[in-house]
Amino acid sequence: MSDLVASSLDMTFSAPNGESVHALQNVNFTLKEGELLSVLGPSGCGKTTLLNIIAGFLRPTGGSIKLNNTEIDGPGVERGMVFQQGALFEWLTVAENVNFGLRMKKNNKKETAAKVEEWLEIVGLQGFGETPTYQLSGGMQQRVALARCLINDPDLILMDEPLGALDALTREKMQSLVLKIWKETGKTIMIITHSVEEALLLGERLFVMAPRPGRLHKEYNLPFAEMGLQGDLREIKNDPQFVSNREEILSMIWNMEEEIMGKSN
Amino acid sequence: MISAIAEYRGVIVGTIFIALIVGLIAAWIYGRKIIRTEKTDAVFGNPERALGGWYWVFAGVASILLIWFYFSWDAARSFFPDAANELCQVAKVESAMNPVRSTFPIQSRLLKGTSLLARDNLQLDLLDKRLLRSKFTDDEKATYGAAVGKLRAALTSLALPANFSEQTANDIQSIADRIDAVTASLADPNFPGQAEPAEQAAAQAQAGWGESSTEVPIKPTSDRGRKFDQVAKEISTIAKDFSKVRNLSDDFKATVAELNAEIKTLQQEVTDSALEADEKESRVKFIRQIGKLTKRIDDGTVFPPSALDPVEGAVRRFEAEKSNQKGGLNYIDALAMPAGTIVAGNTACSEQGSGRWLPKPSDTLGTLVRISNPDVGFKGIPLLWYEQKPVAEMVGFFIPDWVADLVPGEYPRHQEDGQINENLKTRVLNVATGNFPSITVPVPMGHIWDSILRVLAGLFLGIILGVPLGLFMGLSRFAKGFFDPLIELYRPVPPLAWAPLILTIFGIQDDGKIFLLFMVAFAIMVISARTGATGTQLSKIHAAHSLGASRRQIIKEVILPNSLPEILTGIRISIGVCWGTLVAAEMLAGTTGIGFVENVARKQSDYEIIWVTIILLGVLGLLFDLIMRWIITRTIPWRGKG
Ligand SMILES: Nc1ncnc2c1ncn2[C@@H]1O[C@H](COP(=O)(O)OP(=O)(O)O)[C@@H](O)[C@H]1O
Ligand SMILES: [Mg+2]
Repeated sequence: MSDLVASSLDMTFSAPNGESVHALQNVNFTLKEGELLSVLGPSGCGKTTLLNIIAGFLRPTGGSIKLNNTEIDGPGVERGMVFQQGALFEWLTVAENVNFGLRMKKNNKKETAAKVEEWLEIVGLQGFGETPTYQLSGGMQQRVALARCLINDPDLILMDEPLGALDALTREKMQSLVLKIWKETGKTIMIITHSVEEALLLGERLFVMAPRPGRLHKEYNLPFAEMGLQGDLREIKNDPQFVSNREEILSMIWNMEEEIMGKSN
Repeated sequence: MISAIAEYRGVIVGTIFIALIVGLIAAWIYGRKIIRTEKTDAVFGNPERALGGWYWVFAGVASILLIWFYFSWDAARSFFPDAANELCQVAKVESAMNPVRSTFPIQSRLLKGTSLLARDNLQLDLLDKRLLRSKFTDDEKATYGAAVGKLRAALTSLALPANFSEQTANDIQSIADRIDAVTASLADPNFPGQAEPAEQAAAQAQAGWGESSTEVPIKPTSDRGRKFDQVAKEISTIAKDFSKVRNLSDDFKATVAELNAEIKTLQQEVTDSALEADEKESRVKFIRQIGKLTKRIDDGTVFPPSALDPVEGAVRRFEAEKSNQKGGLNYIDALAMPAGTIVAGNTACSEQGSGRWLPKPSDTLGTLVRISNPDVGFKGIPLLWYEQKPVAEMVGFFIPDWVADLVPGEYPRHQEDGQINENLKTRVLNVATGNFPSITVPVPMGHIWDSILRVLAGLFLGIILGVPLGLFMGLSRFAKGFFDPLIELYRPVPPLAWAPLILTIFGIQDDGKIFLLFMVAFAIMVISARTGATGTQLSKIHAAHSLGASRRQIIKEVILPNSLPEILTGIRISIGVCWGTLVAAEMLAGTTGIGFVENVARKQSDYEIIWVTIILLGVLGLLFDLIMRWIITRTIPWRGKG
């Protein structure tokens, strides 16, 4: 039973000057083991806040969040993180980045080296172990970030717009990689994105969030991730159901943004 | 080998000088040519055009060296090695002739008599005015006014040709004739004839220009020099006689005597009168003023307007012939020895102007080589050398003596037979104080080493204590708030302003200086480490957290390496500032170090050593910076690429 259960999560930021932002309101969901969830929503609707709460970087102001029936209290190795960019340790080589978690645990060096080799191969970076990370391209850096997170064998992988800064081609390759890892490891994955296509492609489940206050707006169960495991991603994008889902969500988000504009005017 | 180089110094300097000129011109032409080819395609302001080029670097360096060679007169000494000695003889003539020449409007604007008259008349006018404004009685004003009038009449009478005595006119004519005779011998190619062999040998035995402490050899070595030397002697006696010629007629002497007597009586009258003390004083003061002016004119240095014309003519003829005889020396003096000339003193001739305070490159190098010799050094200490030091001494330095106190037991007391038995405690104490036999190892020492060691020690302490505090301040609101005032209180004060205080508290030896440098480095290191720590991206810390790193591991593995660029830059800045502060601190106090050397050289006006220290300081400072830059590129290649 390694489910992630959020019940009536509430998050209010209060600034020293007395103003407060209601970032999350009454968020309820359950994420079962092995599920692949993508979260979509206009900018500022609380996606990162939600992820940070799950990661343990933030404590919610209300409600509870449990993983494996234990309340989340602070960051932990059982929840791995992948960030948009810049979270690699640029003073270390690829291998040193990847084995960072194991080094912190003071694991056996030989075993660690073997594991690093293994994971580098999975993410397609075999032979790059000794390369300094600052010499890598953006796509390769994200592969390192993935390997660094996965080598710790977390129960839950949290990704905050991991592919946001990549060019279209690299992005597509990385999407396949994420799906491949999901399939091969059977991990629970929660991935935040601002791209509707990506959310549809990578989400077995998809939450659309609405802003002000941030809340879950709509939930979808989608077949495309399963399809993506077998077929070509580009073919899926032309699937009629994919197209109609995409248009529906796009207009939903469009309307939300319109509303925000209206409110602020 | 060094003495061989010194022997050919002139040739070497000359060759280098010409090579530099040729190189400068070649580099310039080449550079211009490249610029011209670029002109067709480059846009003004294109930064690629500002990348320079080795030829412009060469041109720049060559220009600086040429200016140095030229203005220090090193080039002049190389190309005209004998010129200084000849100019020295000319300078002797100049200073001998000076009292005579200054009487006439040759280098000054006015005839000396004219300016004396103007000055004394002005003083008399002032006396008249003071008398008018004074509170003296009308009677007194009349009496004093009469005395002033008499004085004025006496002064004016000096200028009257009618009062000029025949005798004085003859004296003046004889002076003029004597000068003309000297002018004639100056023009005579055979004057002053063959040199005495002994005299010649003595002249040849002198040290050359700049070879010893007397900068320019004073005895004439060339025929032309001997001529000027001889002329200078003759002119000097004529000048002495000329200064004795006075315009004193019997009438004038009588008038002055009368005036002096009158002043005495007037003074006596005032003293005997029944006036108040302050009234007496103001009158006595006024009368004394008249007396002063009388003394000023009674030596008869004012002559009738054309009385001195014969001498003036003779001096002008002499000057013309002198310039004529100098010939090429005129140009060497003006062109090869810019911004100054050779002057003659009583016992020596010396350079005056840029040749004096700007040491010659070759001399500077020579001095550097000389004091680099560990047997010479400066004040008995080598610049940079090594000494054999027992290992025991170093061990004793690092182990504190109180370690022995911690050993259980008691220190032994001497016994009745005077014996002292060693126990474990004394043995430990011997080790802690370095009191045991050991091998010796070579250890660097000397002025340069002392300075470097002080900088490194201060820097080391600054890093060891500053970096942790800086990181702490970057991570904790408490630390930032609590320590910030402390640091901001002392950091903005220029380090040298602390120096007197610190040196008093910690002593003028190494402790004080190291503490001063520590203060400098500490503030810089704290601020840079803090900047580095606060600059850590939150996502990196988040990542480390979710990878299972503890707080301590995050500091060590993430925040510290992430701050490394700032910390290293801080070290680089610290070294620079410490270096500057150290030298100044060494100038304030101490007995070793480059700053000490420069300070002593300053007190002795030894410009060569001053320049040697300046160059050493520059080179070492540059070296430190280059090493730091190398370390920075080696250790943080990711900088700016994260
Ligand atoms: N530390 C914070 N303090 C105050 N307001 C915050 C803070 N973090 C996020 N917010 C606000 O909460 C809202 C949600 O932010 P976020 O979760 O970053 O949105 P996004 O969906 O774009 O990731 C935004 O309005 C943001 O301004
Ligand atoms: Mg976000």
